[in-house]
Amino acid sequence: MTMSAAGSEAVRERQDSVVIRFAGDSGDGMQLTGSQFTVESALAGSDLSTFPDYPAEIRAPTGSTFGVSAFQIHFGSIDVLTAGDDLDVLIAMNPAALITNLRDVRIGGLVLVDSAVFTPRNLEKAGYSANPLEDGTLVQYRSLVLDMTTLTQQAVASCDLTSKEALRCRNMWALGLMLWMYDRDRSATIEWLGKKFAKIPKIADANIAALNAGHAYGETVELPGGLTGYAVGRADLPPGTYRTVSGTESLAWGLVAGLRAAGLDRLMFGSYPITPASPLLHVLAGLRRYGVVTFQAEDEIAAVCSAIGASYAGALGVTSSSGPGIALKGEAIGLAVSTELPLIVVNSQRAGPSTGLPTKTEQSDLFQAMYGRNGDAPLAVIATATPTDCFEVGIEAVRLATKYMTPVMVLTDGYLANAAEPWLLPDTDGIPEFPVTQRKDPEGFHPFVRDPETLARAWAVPGTPDLEHRIGGLEKSTSSGHISYDPENHQQMTNLRAGKIAGIAKDIPLQETALGEATGDLAVVGWGSTFGPIFKAVASAREKGLRVSHVHLRYINPFPQNLQELLAGFSKILVPEMNNGQLVSLLRSAFLFPAQGLSKVTGKPFKISELVAAIHAQLEDSA
Amino acid sequence: MTAPTLTAKDFTSDQEVRWCPGCGDYAILKAVTKTLAGLGASREDTVFVSGIGCASRFPYYVSTYGFHTIHGRAPAIATGVKLANPDLDVWVVMGDGDGLSIGGNHTLHVLRRNVDLQLLLFNNEIYGLTKGQASPTSRLGTRSPSTPRGSVDAPLIPGAFALGAGARFFARAVDIQQPQLVEVLTRAHQHRGAALVEIFQNCVVFNDGAFHEFTERRVIPDNQIYVEHGKPLRFGANRTHGLRIRPGTLSLEVVTPGEEGVTDDDVLVHNEKDQALATLLVRMAPPVFPMAIGVIFDSPAPTYEHVVLDQVTEELQAGKADLDALLAGGRTWTVL
Ligand SMILES: Cc1ncc(C[n+]2csc(CCOP(=O)(O)OP(=O)(O)O)c2C)c(N)n1
Ligand code: SF4
Ligand SMILES: [Mg+2]
Repeated sequence: MTMSAAGSEAVRERQDSVVIRFAGDSGDGMQLTGSQFTVESALAGSDLSTFPDYPAEIRAPTGSTFGVSAFQIHFGSIDVLTAGDDLDVLIAMNPAALITNLRDVRIGGLVLVDSAVFTPRNLEKAGYSANPLEDGTLVQYRSLVLDMTTLTQQAVASCDLTSKEALRCRNMWALGLMLWMYDRDRSATIEWLGKKFAKIPKIADANIAALNAGHAYGETVELPGGLTGYAVGRADLPPGTYRTVSGTESLAWGLVAGLRAAGLDRLMFGSYPITPASPLLHVLAGLRRYGVVTFQAEDEIAAVCSAIGASYAGALGVTSSSGPGIALKGEAIGLAVSTELPLIVVNSQRAGPSTGLPTKTEQSDLFQAMYGRNGDAPLAVIATATPTDCFEVGIEAVRLATKYMTPVMVLTDGYLANAAEPWLLPDTDGIPEFPVTQRKDPEGFHPFVRDPETLARAWAVPGTPDLEHRIGGLEKSTSSGHISYDPENHQQMTNLRAGKIAGIAKDIPLQETALGEATGDLAVVGWGSTFGPIFKAVASAREKGLRVSHVHLRYINPFPQNLQELLAGFSKILVPEMNNGQLVSLLRSAFLFPAQGLSKVTGKPFKISELVAAIHAQLEDSA
Repeated sequence: MTAPTLTAKDFTSDQEVRWCPGCGDYAILKAVTKTLAGLGASREDTVFVSGIGCASRFPYYVSTYGFHTIHGRAPAIATGVKLANPDLDVWVVMGDGDGLSIGGNHTLHVLRRNVDLQLLLFNNEIYGLTKGQASPTSRLGTRSPSTPRGSVDAPLIPGAFALGAGARFFARAVDIQQPQLVEVLTRAHQHRGAALVEIFQNCVVFNDGAFHEFTERRVIPDNQIYVEHGKPLRFGANRTHGLRIRPGTLSLEVVTPGEEGVTDDDVLVHNEKDQALATLLVRMAPPVFPMAIGVIFDSPAPTYEHVVLDQVTEELQAGKADLDALLAGGRTWTVL
């Protein structure tokens, strides 16, 4: 090995943004490695977006392709909105990680592998018939083939570890090298390792030693191909205090902020574990100090029912699940529609049908949200677009549920639940309040007397004297709230329930374009976590002079009042969705527009390049 | 409190009762309103939550708060009510199909969690509202529209199920045996925690006389045993019979003290804190044994909602938590 005396600082090449994926076995600690790289990048002033991609199996056999866990981060000095299309850098900790991820690396991208683990046995487990390090598989990339195993073992030699423990430090060695390569600090990671392994100092020391060794390796050893490391400038972010948040955290905090804004004391969250919705239960379980009570129910039906019971008794009832669990909740959600109780139902969507691909993202539960109940059972449906957007959506869900006495379905997805991005901390004093009034006055009361403005019924809570009443899922009289089998009354109640939800349109912001003019040749209409790729693709098409705009919907039921008018200003409408065409059907049926769908259900987010191609194809057609 | 004491009539709502004439549900309604009056309950703090079925129409007929929910889910809804406001006095009404078939899972969990509720199981051993199909408590061989040649699935014993689930209170009563029913309901109310009361309820239309074997006036002395804590387990006209542990076994037998060398001392004394004894008592049935009625098991434990909400209160006492502190927790950085 040739040592290079000169530090490589002077010759760092500038890059605007970089996409790195750490991939390895489930046991290789890739999620932690990626998260730490994220922290250091955020602290270095980058804008960023992350995408953890972990296997469905908790402990898949080591070395198997289905046990590969990956963490992708896109960071840079530019406005970063997606986790990135093609990889600039792949760190593959074993052959299985290489074979499953290599196709995502751009030609000329960097591939870092540990030569020591490319043994015949591991190659066979990954399904390689020949060693990819030797057979030319990597020729179109810049490869960095290092014996990370030995280098790590040397770094931790003095720490008195078993060889297994020593090998578990490989991820920190790789992280150290990457932090050097992108000129990031390591102090936050060192501090974190010290805390994480406070009880086993020798493990903390070893991990720190490996981290430092990886970093030192970059600094001192001349890397093949004259690799010198890169400089990624600070992003031009608005001034203020930042942190990184995942969609799960910001949604949980949004719900708590909404609870405060509503002036309510207690949020009762009933849930049953399911991927990828469980993290919301975990985050909320830690928020007792904010008036949150969490209840891990025996199943999703009990979960939603407990939330309904809590709302009935005057708290804010919230439940969450993923598609299969939402299916179980359907009947009870209908009860909340019928009894007109506030209820928030969060769906962290995953790929279906049935168990589907539990850890992969999809947006295929929109129809379920809209229609997945018996009878005409309308409710409000809103969707989150980015991890930080979840905060506002959480607040808005509370506002709509309490103001309109209705269930609100919040559609988020596995990507948003786990993805993280920097967040400019909001001014919490600036959150508009929407104090909720619970009925106290017996004068003229019956349980279905309505506010003439919102059509919401009175929220009369057990414990209130002189408002004792009975409600249930049987149809009730519009004039007394008593059970009614009268046919005309049922028609009226059906109309009222529909009218109440439709009326929300008057109380939500008009739809604006996320990017571009309000008229043009093409509107690209999206909802949910496709925000980033659509925005970037539209931006790119606009740079080429195309008259294309991006319209992104938060409100799906009801649609904003001006949506039809807005979309009418475009010659064509393209609706990219991670499903087989659900929003596009809603738009077609609501407005009779010949909107075109673009479907992707591979479990992976849209690539910007795919969307750019689709936009060009739309406009070429019409040319 | 200056509020006037309410009578049973004050607990009756203005709604027209829609059960079939002669249905056992009427008697239960009467006993419940009487119990509420006897307890000095307040209308505004009392909530009846039910599922779906004939039994589940119950809340409409009581003048308190009421929630007629969906089939089988009343225990789950009631759990949410208690987590929102533990001060409410919550009664759950369920049918045998409601609470043990479609809602069996919720009944199981509400018992093991020990949520402070009175759970009234109206057991008529049939699906009333859907017109007479066999239920999970129907006796083997029950002929019904869905089992024309007789049911072939073994019935569930609600008491055995409840004790198996970890219930801390289980009692039985008969719809028309009013004083005992009121007594048992009052005890269920006194018990802090989940209290399950199985009420044998006659469905005159689809399962009339299902319990005659032990509820007909003339057979009551021999075929029912009203168990009372601290009293010998004796029954029969002139209390001639008793229950004892069959020597050398872990099972009960009916004995007659004074005969065959059996003495009064051999007869078991009811101990409602003894779960093993309760487990034996709930499995008794005529013709070999009398049916045990009364408070069979009552051994309180901390209630779910109080343990949960104490944790919340404890953390809340640390002062109203600051939202900004929550958002800014973790690692932050400043862009100038
Ligand atoms: C989800 C659902 N499934 C089925 C029904 C139909 N259903 C209503 S009540 C009932 C059973 C009633 O029997 P039980 O619970 O014993 O109450 P009872 O009428 O005997 O008091 C059934 C099957 C329903 N309402 N909802
Ligand atoms: S069907 Fe049976 S249980 Fe239902 S109301 Fe009639 S008698 Fe009572
Ligand atoms: Mg029944």
